[in-house]
Amino acid sequence: MADVGCGRPTGSVVGSETKTVPENTSPVPEEEMTMQAKVGQKAPDFEAPAYLKGGFTSVKLSDYLGKWVLLCFYPGDFTFV
Amino acid sequence: MSAVADQFDRFQKLGVEIIAVSVDSQFVHKVWDEEELQKMVDGGIPFPMASDGSGAIGRIYGVYDEAAGVDIRGRFIIDPDGVIQAMEVLTPAVGRNLEETFRQVQAFQLVRKSKGTEATPSGWTPGKPTLKPGPDLVGKVWKVWKP
Repeated sequence: MADVGCGRPTGSVVGSETKTVPENTSPVPEEEMTMQAKVGQKAPDFEAPAYLKGGFTSVKLSDYLGKWVLLCFYPGDFTFV
Repeated sequence: MSAVADQFDRFQKLGVEIIAVSVDSQFVHKVWDEEELQKMVDGGIPFPMASDGSGAIGRIYGVYDEAAGVDIRGRFIIDPDGVIQAMEVLTPAVGRNLEETFRQVQAFQLVRKSKGTEATPSGWTPGKPTLKPGPDLVGKVWKVWKP
């Protein structure tokens, strides 16, 4: 229970198994922090907490190797476009 | 986001997984999905909506707007080797056209399947002729392709 505090939410229900990224951990591996996404180059990996169909989970890009991925950034929830 | 969700089946048929990312927390994603998106798309958003609270992911993908503190609209097509094949970045006021994304995914999939022996000319759509780059095509594109 050492992880419980007032830091960033873990995305888990108290007492349940933590499936999300540990607190205070960058979603991007340190060696890839200085990478810049470019076409024809490897996509920089990341791992981030996520919402999926009513539950909380985490998403790691490298788990998708072997599949085509459409990665979509958007400005914010509740925006209009 | 609802537009992407609405077309999810078509992406699934092409074997494409979708990941959505914004700086909102997963908790806000949940409320948005439940309060609004599920009213627009049956069953709500069927793919993961990731949280990029620090903007770290957006920064390496070149879409994080430091002044506004948000990830602007950016779309990346990543192949099964984890290589970025296409990117499109728009300022916030203009939405995407998913038909173009479909077209590009199908073109990249065709090129990959052909192991690079075929390429798709400008304006190519599925079913249209492709180009077969090689010595025979040099100076002869006019024979097989017209705008």
